[in-house]
Amino acid sequence: MHTVVLTKGVPDFREGMVSFDEDGHLERGNTPTTMNPNDEHALRAALQTRVRHGGQVDVMSMGPPGYKDVLREAMESVYADDLYLISDKQFAAADTWATAITLATAIQHLGEPSLVFAGFKTADGETGHTGPQTCWGLDMPIITHVIALDVDPEAKRVRAKRLVEGDVSEIETVEAPLPAFIVADPEFEPSYRTARHRLERKRLRAEARERAGSFEDQLTMWDHEELNLDPDYVGLDGSPTIVSSVDPIPKAPSEREATVVDPEDADAMAGLVDELAPYAGGD
Amino acid sequence: MTDAVDVDAADAEHFEAVVVGAGPGGAAAAAVLANNGVETLVLERGVEAGSKNVSGGLIYAERSAPYTIDDLFPDFREEASERPVTRNYMDNIAGDRVHTVDLKDVHEHDTLWCDSVLRRPMDSWLADRVHELTAETGGGVLTGVRVNGLLREDGEIVGVTCDELDPIRADVVVAADGVNSELARAAGLMDWEEPNEWFQGVKAVVDVEPDVIADRFDVAEDEGVARLFGGDLFDGVRGGGFLYTNRDSLSIGTVFHLDSLAAERAEPHELLDNLLTHPHLGQWLPDEYSEREYSAKLVPDSKKVAHGSPFRDRLLLVGDAAGQMQAQGPIIKGMNHAVTAGGLAAEAYIEARSRNAPYSAGDLYADKLRDEGVMDKLRPTRYELSRRVSESDAVSGALDGLVRSSVGRLGLRAAGGLTGRVFNSPFALGMLPDTHTSYVTVPTVLAEELGEPATAENDATPPTLEERIGELTYDTDVGNPHIELVDESYEASGTAVTACPVSARDFGGGCYREETVRTDGSEERVVSLDTQPCVECGTCAIVADTEWTHPRGGKGVEFDQG
Repeated sequence: MHTVVLTKGVPDFREGMVSFDEDGHLERGNTPTTMNPNDEHALRAALQTRVRHGGQVDVMSMGPPGYKDVLREAMESVYADDLYLISDKQFAAADTWATAITLATAIQHLGEPSLVFAGFKTADGETGHTGPQTCWGLDMPIITHVIALDVDPEAKRVRAKRLVEGDVSEIETVEAPLPAFIVADPEFEPSYRTARHRLERKRLRAEARERAGSFEDQLTMWDHEELNLDPDYVGLDGSPTIVSSVDPIPKAPSEREATVVDPEDADAMAGLVDELAPYAGGD
Repeated sequence: MTDAVDVDAADAEHFEAVVVGAGPGGAAAAAVLANNGVETLVLERGVEAGSKNVSGGLIYAERSAPYTIDDLFPDFREEASERPVTRNYMDNIAGDRVHTVDLKDVHEHDTLWCDSVLRRPMDSWLADRVHELTAETGGGVLTGVRVNGLLREDGEIVGVTCDELDPIRADVVVAADGVNSELARAAGLMDWEEPNEWFQGVKAVVDVEPDVIADRFDVAEDEGVARLFGGDLFDGVRGGGFLYTNRDSLSIGTVFHLDSLAAERAEPHELLDNLLTHPHLGQWLPDEYSEREYSAKLVPDSKKVAHGSPFRDRLLLVGDAAGQMQAQGPIIKGMNHAVTAGGLAAEAYIEARSRNAPYSAGDLYADKLRDEGVMDKLRPTRYELSRRVSESDAVSGALDGLVRSSVGRLGLRAAGGLTGRVFNSPFALGMLPDTHTSYVTVPTVLAEELGEPATAENDATPPTLEERIGELTYDTDVGNPHIELVDESYEASGTAVTACPVSARDFGGGCYREETVRTDGSEERVVSLDTQPCVECGTCAIVADTEWTHPRGGKGVEFDQG
């Protein structure tokens, strides 16, 4: 079974990695790029399909050449057979629409994959649009918020459990014909109930870690000409989104007054208790 | 305990052989099976092989054994063990007086080599090799999978059930799942009934730089020391202590008869501290005492519990699961017997298969244990014969009095050289009665009569129990405790408060706590249980009224040293 997983490089927002300037703007140059954390769930869903039904997992990203490392990370941390980086100056500054058009075209260049996986929104844009818009470009049924997946290759159908959040969270089971587009929820749990599946997963993961050492052998890069895309319909020129203005995220009030109290100092601690007492009842 | 499951076993996934547990016994069995082309699946409940395993720390290779670990895993000594033990002593202690006996002869008796080991690095190394071998057969090693029971068909064992996987059928199941083997118990082959059938060991792994070890023990890089300790430093509890040199640490621990520990209401961690802080140890401990890990384990006394026919249907028990742990006087040999048994169990299956009778492997295995002399090492006939007399209360009391008397003292003085010979005689050690005399009185009197005062200073301050627990790694299975306290009365379960190595009187942070409940003017002493700090030794399964199981795969305590 042929599957494609979409992934994106995002600034590493973890404490100690991310860097902001005085105005609260992200310092892109000083912040390393990492694989979008939610994409891991999409990769794990694809690996489960690979373990159960064999085939091929292609991992694809669109971005500058530096995103090669994001693809390597996907291969090393979860699994990938072949890697595809869609990279061209003409693709720069694309909004989700232009990105989706580009990705859908690239996926079609891979043939007719049975399943396309995406993670639940990226850590930087947070729109959650790119996956569904790419799916629209591919004209596939889409199942979002998927937490468990069961594919029947014979019947060419996929059955998924999805998390429906409302006043009360519910889990619903839906079915779709293949090919289909799957958005993995952060709650996605792969299921391996047989020893042979677990052994196969262990083998595949060890292979992929090994392969990641020379990942560029598995990497294909495509530009707009190779994908036969008109520059007017991709990148900034192909992006209908107009950013009218940007509001800085208000800074957290950092001018709080702090008093250091020595826990050994009984008087100071008594004062602290008096001060906190009014709040103790939740008033 | 999980009951055997009667499911539609016909549909279950099938492997030719399933080995439960990736310790040395399981590794040996799997290696021999795989080397003979048997499709072999190894299931290990730890996150990594060795993460659940603790040993005192010496593995022997015996000349007379049909299998040794380095036969099966050629680079074992270079890559998986710590140091060869090139010197072995017994220190008899009374107060601060010490009388040392060289155990050279008994240490070298039938010994090809003996290395100190730490189980996490050792077992994970073994598991990698085993995975390579078994993957060739279509199997492999899976970690994080807990086998919780036996798969039966018409009442007969045909495979295993797991927490994490659907039931698995097998033509042979090797249970190498350790001292608290749930499979051995589910099959009715072993129980947790009698405290006098068990020892309990606790151990501290202490950080020491290799050059400090070289200096303090006067050893080269490829040399090491084992020291055993007996006498009056353990508050009269029957048992002793040990110290083994590793590459850059020391394994220091104590091993006591569980019945004695329970009867004296002794706190195992305090007895360990008695040893760690004894002046005699000052010469070896580093200036800055730093403990890497505190651990504990039950040790079966093979003289009493090693199973003569450790099989039922297709299930073969190996190592601790079958009680195959030999206490040869002060020298404890377990891992070597597990390796031999693992090899023999595999061999038995391969032979049975070639005779077209795969399910007769159990009978063949029992025969091999006997014919290869394993059973006689584990359960010496002369011990069976002599214990009836020597362990009777009247005789042991009289003997103890005799040793303490002036006549006895005179005898021990006169026999100064002879005691060394007795300690070095495997024959005599095989008869050594499990009494206060052997473990406490003789060493004490020897030290009183022949010992020299310890001269070193020892200012080591071992961590508190709370600190020791705090340093351990746990992945608690919240809301799903693996031990259930059946009878919370103090009479039934109170002993667990003291005997549990991570519980203590007046300590609220352990597994078992004593509480006083007041109802209608009357007071009742009860015991409460919190399994979070559990080190999975199994002590409470014997001394308290509990339902005891292992945690699910990957859950519970995770040892880094072991």
